[in-house]
Formats: sequence, C-alpha cells, structure tokens
Amino acid sequence: MSRIGVFVCHCGENISSTVDVEKVAQTAAGFDGVAYSVDYKYMCSDPGQSLIKQAIKDHNLTGVVVSACSPRMHEPTFRKACAEAGLNGYMCEMTNLREHCSWVHERTEETTEKAIDLVRMLVEKVKNDKPLEPIKVPIFKTALVIGGGIAGIQTSLDIANCGHKVILVEKEPSIGGHMSQLSETFPTLDCSQCILTPRMVEVAQHPNITLYTYSELESLEGYIGNFKAKIRKKAKSVDHSVCTGCGDCWTKCPSKKIPSEFNAGLDNRTAIYVPFPQAVPNKPVIDKDHCTYYQKGKCRLCEKNCKPGAIHFDLEDEIIEVEVGGIVVTTGFDVKGTDFFPEYGYGKYKDVITGLQFERLASASGPTLGEIKRPSDGKVPEKIVFIACAGSRDPAKGIDYCSKICCMYTAKHAMLYQHKVHTGKSYVFYMDIRAGGKNYEEFVRRAIEEDKVNYVRGRVSTVYEKNGKLIVKGADTLMNGQPVEIEADMVVLATAGVANCGSEELAQKLHVSYDRYKFFAEAHPKLKPVETNTAGIFLAGACQAPKDIPETVGMASGAAAKVAALFSQDELKREPLIAVVNRQMPPTFSSCVGCFLCETACPYRAIEREEIKDRAGNVIKTIAKVNDGLCQGCGTCVAFCRTKSIDIQGFTNEQMYSEVMALLND
Amino acid sequence: MTLGFYPGCSLTGSSREYAESVVALCEELGIELKQIPDWNCCGATAAHNMDKELSLSLPARILALAEKDGMTEIVVPCAACYSRLSTTQYELNQDETLKAKVASIIGMPYKGSVKILNVIQMLQKYAVDKLADKIKKPFDKEVACYYGCLLVRPHEVLQFDRVEDPQTMDVLMAQVGAKPIDWAFKTECCGAGFSVSQPDIVGKLSGKIVKDAVDRGAKAIIVACPMCHSNLDMRRPAIDSYLKTKVDIPVLYVTQVIGLALGINREKLGLPRHFVPVTFA
Amino acid sequence: MSEFEPKIVAFVCNWCTYAGADLTGTSRIKYATNVKIVRFPCTGRIDFMLLLKAFGEGADGIIISGCHPNDCHYTSGNFHARRRWVMFRGLMNFMGIDTRRVQFSWVSAAEGAKWAEIVNTTVDEVRELGPYTDYKKVADYLETEVTNG
Repeated sequence: MSRIGVFVCHCGENISSTVDVEKVAQTAAGFDGVAYSVDYKYMCSDPGQSLIKQAIKDHNLTGVVVSACSPRMHEPTFRKACAEAGLNGYMCEMTNLREHCSWVHERTEETTEKAIDLVRMLVEKVKNDKPLEPIKVPIFKTALVIGGGIAGIQTSLDIANCGHKVILVEKEPSIGGHMSQLSETFPTLDCSQCILTPRMVEVAQHPNITLYTYSELESLEGYIGNFKAKIRKKAKSVDHSVCTGCGDCWTKCPSKKIPSEFNAGLDNRTAIYVPFPQAVPNKPVIDKDHCTYYQKGKCRLCEKNCKPGAIHFDLEDEIIEVEVGGIVVTTGFDVKGTDFFPEYGYGKYKDVITGLQFERLASASGPTLGEIKRPSDGKVPEKIVFIACAGSRDPAKGIDYCSKICCMYTAKHAMLYQHKVHTGKSYVFYMDIRAGGKNYEEFVRRAIEEDKVNYVRGRVSTVYEKNGKLIVKGADTLMNGQPVEIEADMVVLATAGVANCGSEELAQKLHVSYDRYKFFAEAHPKLKPVETNTAGIFLAGACQAPKDIPETVGMASGAAAKVAALFSQDELKREPLIAVVNRQMPPTFSSCVGCFLCETACPYRAIEREEIKDRAGNVIKTIAKVNDGLCQGCGTCVAFCRTKSIDIQGFTNEQMYSEVMALLND
Repeated sequence: MTLGFYPGCSLTGSSREYAESVVALCEELGIELKQIPDWNCCGATAAHNMDKELSLSLPARILALAEKDGMTEIVVPCAACYSRLSTTQYELNQDETLKAKVASIIGMPYKGSVKILNVIQMLQKYAVDKLADKIKKPFDKEVACYYGCLLVRPHEVLQFDRVEDPQTMDVLMAQVGAKPIDWAFKTECCGAGFSVSQPDIVGKLSGKIVKDAVDRGAKAIIVACPMCHSNLDMRRPAIDSYLKTKVDIPVLYVTQVIGLALGINREKLGLPRHFVPVTFA
Repeated sequence: MSEFEPKIVAFVCNWCTYAGADLTGTSRIKYATNVKIVRFPCTGRIDFMLLLKAFGEGADGIIISGCHPNDCHYTSGNFHARRRWVMFRGLMNFMGIDTRRVQFSWVSAAEGAKWAEIVNTTVDEVRELGPYTDYKKVADYLETEVTNG
C-alpha cells in the first residue's frame, strides 16, 4: 500500500497568488494512497527540504510528489533530498504548478482545479514508480584520436600529458596535416613548420602516445568508456623497425612523376616516398598504385638498394583491435581545387592556383624554395591577383557558408608576395574583409597600408589566358560597379574549405551526425561545441567547420579536457531512465518474441540480442537486450514494441497510462 | 520525321537568313518543320522587365498551342525565344498555383510537356550521325564558336552544355570539317540589350569578342542566336571604330556552315543577306 | 459554467515542448486552463494507444508536440512520431473520430508564445466541435458489458 506525501509550494507568491495552495494540499490529502499533504512557502529552501525529509521519516512515506516549479529546474534537488532521507530518489516526482499553471492562468477556480488535477496525475504516477539505481559503466582510460593534423597533435599531447594513454591514427604516411604545408602563419608571420615540427616530434616520442600512421579507422563498436575500434594499418611495404630512413630507396625509384600531395601537385614525388623532409615518422612507404613493381611485376630497385633490407613487397594490411574509452575526431578539412571553377578555366590554366598551392610556393621548403614563381614557366609574376571567396558564400556553388580563414590567409599571401617581389603589384578581389580575431584587423590593414596591396571590392566574373597573360575581369563595386580588367601573371584562388572526402563514411562508422556540407555536427552550437551527439565522441578542428589554427588548437585542448574529465572517474554514473526488456519466469523467460522492431527504431544501436540457453547450452529463445551504456532513454522502442516487452524506466507504460487515467477521472 | 517549329520575330525579320538556313538544312536532313499555328511574340526582353505574369503567359500560350496541335518537341532557333520558353516551362513546373493561374490567363489548357530544343540540340539529337555521310565539301577553316549568353544560361533551367566553356557547337563544327579554336569569349556579352539604345557599348563589347576571335586565328565566327549575329555582323562600323581597325571576319549561323558543307547553295542559306560578305563560299 | 469546457491532454516531449511551455510560464503568457501536460522523454516514446486511452477516459481533444524536425534531442524520435501520426490519422478517419480533435505540432524550447497560441486555438477548435463521448461510450461498453459480462 502506497504512502505518498504531497508537498505544495507557494513559491513565495508565485504560485499562491493564483492557485489556492491550501485547497490543493487539503484536496490531495484525500486522494487514495496519500498519507501526508502539506503546503509551504518555499519548498526548495533548506527548511522546505527538511520538511520533506522529516515527513518521509515521520510518516514512513513510500513516494513523494513535490508540487512546485518545473522538474527541469528542481527535480534533482528534491530527488537528492529524498535520497538523503532514505527514500529512493526516483520515488519522487514533481508537479509543475508554476510554469504550467500559476504563471499562465489568472486566479480563478479553474486554475486551482487544474492544479489539483496535475497533483492527482503525479500521485498516480508515483504509485507506479520503482526504486532505481544509477547505472555504473566502467571506463577504459585510453583515448583514440583520429587524424594527425594540428588538432589531433594538440589533443593527443594534452590527453597524454594528463597521464592517459592515447592512440593517434593518421591516414597519411606522416602526421602534420595541412599546417605542415603552410609557409608562414597569420597574424604573426611565424614559420608554420618551425612551430609545428617540434610538436610532431613530441608526439612520436611521448611515452603515452601510440602513433599509427598510414592507418585508418575500420570500424567502431561499443559506447562511452567502452569502445572497441578496429584500425586498418595499411601495408607500408617497408619494415619501419629496420628502416633507417637513409633515402637510398627513393633516390633510386624510377617512378618520379607522381604529383606530390604535400606540395599540392606543384611538383612530383616518387612511388616510394616520405611526404616531406620533416615527416614523422621519417621513413618511407610505397604507394602501391604508382609503384612499377606492384603495377607491372618488375623493378624492385628500391629493394636492391636498401642496405638494411627493410623493403618487403609481401607486407599486407593489418587490422588491429584496440579498446578505448573516449574518441576525438580531428580529421580536418580539404580545399576545393581550381577545377571546381569553370569561370576561372576549369583548372586548365597552370598559373591559376589555389591558396594552398601558393603556401607551397611561398614556403622555404616548397618546390621553389620559397621563391614566388609561376608554375607554367618559372617566371616571377609581376602582377598577381588574389580572388577571395572562391566558392565560399556562393549558393550557386552549393557552398553557402564563409570559409573563415581565407580573408586572413589572402592578406598574408599578398603580404608575402610583396615582401618577396618588391616590384610586384598585387590585387585582392574581395566581398567583405572578415578579420575578426586578435591582431587580425591590424594585419589586414598592414597589408593594405604598408605593403600596398590593392584591395578591390568586387567579384571576378572570368579569367582567361591571352598572350601568356591571365586576363582577370571583375567589377569594382566601390567605383559604381565599374568593370575592371587586370592582365595578371598569376591568379590565386582562395578556394572554399570543405569537408574531407570520406567524412560521411567516417561519420557513419562513428555514428555521429554531420551537417549538409558533411562537416561533423557538434552536440550544441553554443554550449557543447566539442561534443557530438554520441556520448564519448568529441570533435576538434576543421572537421566540424573551417577554422584557423588558434581556434583549432583551442578546440583541441577543449576536447582533451573533456576526455580527461571523462577519464578522471573510474566508473561512469548515468541516469537509469533507460529502456529495459522484461524478464519472466521460465518457460516464457520474457514476453519479448524477438521480432527486433526495437532494433530498427533505436537511434543509438543500443538493442542487442540475448540468447537464452538451457543447461546444455542449447538456445531456447533469442530476445532483445538493452545495452545500458548506449541507451539514452528516448523510448522510441517502447512505442514500437508489439508485445509491450520493452519499457522505459521512469516513463513506463504503467506510469503513463495511470497519469492519463488520473487526469481525466476526477 | 516532323518537329514543331517556333520561328519568333527575329527569324521573320532581321534574321531571315537564319530561318532560311534552318529550313534548308532540315529539308536536306529529312526533318519536316511544322510551324506552331497562330504563334505569338515570346515577350523577350520587354515583358519580363515589366510584368512577371505577362512574361510567363506569352510563352505559355505558344507552348499550349504546340500541345494543342499534338507536338511533343519544338525547335526554337532564336536564343532569346529559347530562353523565354524554357524559363516559362521551368517556372510553371515548379509552381502549380502559378501554372493554373497562367492557364486561366491564356484561356487554354497548359501541361508543360513539350520538349523545347534549340538548333544545336536538334542537330545533336537528329543529325549528328547523318552528317558524315552527307558532307560534300568539308568546311575546312578555323572557326570561333560563339554561344552568347542565353543559349547555355541559366544552367538549372536549360540543363544544356557547360556554362563557362560550352562544347556542343564546337563538336558539331568539327563534324563538318571545321577546326574550332580555343578562345576566351564564347559566352561573353555581345551587348544585345543595348543594341538600340546605346550602340557604342555594343561596339565595345562585340569588338572585344571579334578581336579575340581574330587574334586567335579564327576565319569565321559561328553563332546560333539572331542577336549575336546582328551585333557581330551589322554593328561592324561601331566595332571597327572601337578597335580602330577594319576587321572583315564573317559571322555565320551554325546552320549555314553545316549547309555549306552539305553542298546547299549560298542563296538558299541566305548568305548574301549578311553585312560582312562571306567571301569563301 | 454556461459554456462547454473541453478536457484536453497534451503529450509533449521533455526537451522541446515541455521546455517551451516552461518558457510560456516564465514569459507570463496566459492561456486556457483546459490543457494539462503529460511529460514524455520524447514524442518517439508516445504509444498512440495512449491517445485512444485518453479518448476512452473522456478526453475531448489531444495535443502532441515535440521538437521541430531535425532538432530532436534523440535525433529521430519526432520523425517516428510524425509517421505514427500519419498512420493514426487514417485509423481515426476509419473509426469516425474527427481528426481535428488531435493537434500535432512542433514547439521548440524557444517558442513559448507558440505554445500558448496552440493551446488556445486547440481549445477553441475543440470547444466548437463539442464534447466527445462516442469513443468513451464504446470503451465503457467494452469494459462493463464485454469484459464483465
């Protein structure tokens, strides 16, 4: 027999000014199963909570209904108070007399009647409440970081420095990402590699970090604290434990015409290669798609020239399985190529290049050793045009968003050009200059005022080649839209930053959501920027949206802090308001018939299959089982279940039906 | 085979030679053209600046007449007519309410089912495989294929060829032995909108087109639009004065070039009607 | 009371509409007292048999409201609810229940005013439709005559 206590709050006058709280308390006292009913000025205050605790003890209450404000506000408060008095917290429910009653109605008899109805509803619910215990999930304190650009490097180092193990997976042969390709960085013009490569080395040498380069995530199972990841280590064809990185192999490799990814296609690499001289690890891999031996069955020059004998053509992809508690996705971004722009020649003009290619031209480690030279004939361009927003902010191109970094790097490019080619003239066509950030606006002003970069506010309609020059046709909207034509030697497109290819596939493997541009989606745009909707999986860097280095690093450290916070506990405590499949005595075992409709309904893949076996080990029945680490408690499965075998704790069928019946029968 | 035919105003006036060459070529290729009975103005340039409903109703009536006559495909040689008819069909297919309204304005049922072809599309679809056998005299010259603005834009409406560097006319020209050049002004504006009000602007815009074609070694400019033709051909004095030199590169319709290659005589193709004489045929 | 006052039950999700209704309160926007809210974790949790139960118990109208499409706290529960509603509407038609008695809507946590408006319009509409007793009669009959007799 239930012994329910009803506690009606005045909330100062917030409730009592429109609801006759005394009448509510008196009426509730007469409800079936109510053992105690009282009203009080401030239920959430210390004396108010003490009143509840005392009543639980004095009246031996089995359930509590606090009729006060929104449960979204004070449910945890009162559940805690009940627990302190020895009553299971989940035996306490709240009636929302303030937001849903007193504040939205006038002081009338109906308002009080409604309040009484609401109390009756929750009293009936509490009668069907069951004591619940928080779910405890163990945490495997190793982090998986996917992507070894600056975001992944920063996250890995931060987590590793907290004393936790990190597995860093990078699909390319070296870590470093786009940042390693950059020449100088805005707004300080310090050399990108100079600040990055020490971090790369630190990653490689850190005792807590295991680095898997040339590797990709194959699949992921499990849930927060308990993920199982399969990682495909692509065959490198070189035994890195033996290789000394001497370079004899790639100097002898006959396939020399493969466009270098690191130099954005501006020069070539060999089939056996290290992406760049500062690569980590600084040991080569064989690109099977371009290797003469793999393609034609003959060559093996590298093998012959390798003194330590590190080359093994028969190495195969290896799949390893690791257990991790948290995951940070740091897969970065990509940039659109010049071939995306029909108006600028579909990529057929060699001297129309992307911003990333310009970075390589300007970089001391680049194909021209930092001299700005035209890719077509190696001449130093006397006139150069930079086109900002190439693709970005252009709904016709399907890219509505601002790529955010281009205004700044375009100013930097123009500046670098002016520093290197003193007689040169540079033009920047722009829509708006977006230079929000510390010292950013000053940087752009420096480009315009000190380095005399000509900023033209307007779009470029077309670029075509004539007599060895690139004719850039545009408009100057600050000069009444006057047409402008510039005979340039080189054109640099600040092409849009886009989601990495394969991001959709990765999102599906990780079961995280992504936006319409295929950038990974954060759990909340303001308050949960590094979390995803899947617990235990975090985001950092440009895989979430285009962003610059400082922002990426900040986000990476943020994600690392989230992982460290997760790993600071030995077990995870979760609200037990999740789905459960009923179990009954043999021979039924459960009313579940194993149709697994719930499996199709579950957005979290929390439904597992459980085999019920007899003593001999024969399977008698296969029923659904809820993985309490994965279930988030939405209850979609409950509405799906044909046999009413699955139910959601805290919102059970019994509870919901009793609420409805109580509400309509006064 | 019979196709519906919408000549529009230009082809009955300033661009009679375009109509003549289309008809002559179709005759040669065994394509029968049947004019849409009682056709009206497509409303080009004037209507859609003034009144949206009018600009949709005029082409809708033309299309409705074609439907009524049982036509499934119509050929629209003029690029402006082609643009207006296609745009109307596209817009009305997007909006059922507007479609019903326009149908009530024109007082005729309108389904929007007729396929609209420009001349290049028609040749692509019905002539491309027949050309090789019929060639009597290959058009062995460097040509600059000029598409202009309306033939390929906007892409989402027309779904025809590449917007910035179209190729279909180049392919057709290569079929009859011509050598299409790679040049930069394929889709630049000829200034048709200012043809009457500010001819000096036409001189400048068309002048740049003509100059680039000549500079890159073209012996003829090939067009598929009456406005392009009249600007590049008839406005030659303005062009010459802008370029400060006299250029004599002729401007031919795509149908005239193919017609010449197939051995149709120059009168039948309307070649003597040009301002800039076509001396090589 | 001279005028008929309908009894309306609202089934709402915890994350959007319940919070939206909280906002109506904090914004002190007034609405009719006829609607009483039953809180669910998600509209995806709402078993539509509950709607029939509510009609059987004497409800004159029902509101179902959750997060806007794509805003579901659980990613897709509201889509399930929407699909169920489409199916259920067909059943209601078949059974002869006026579909106007069920109001299906999206109210986000930021739409306090919209919640008040939905409550008021639904109350007005259901008031106009009058009391709904047909299904209650059937339910009562099933309970007394068939079950017991």
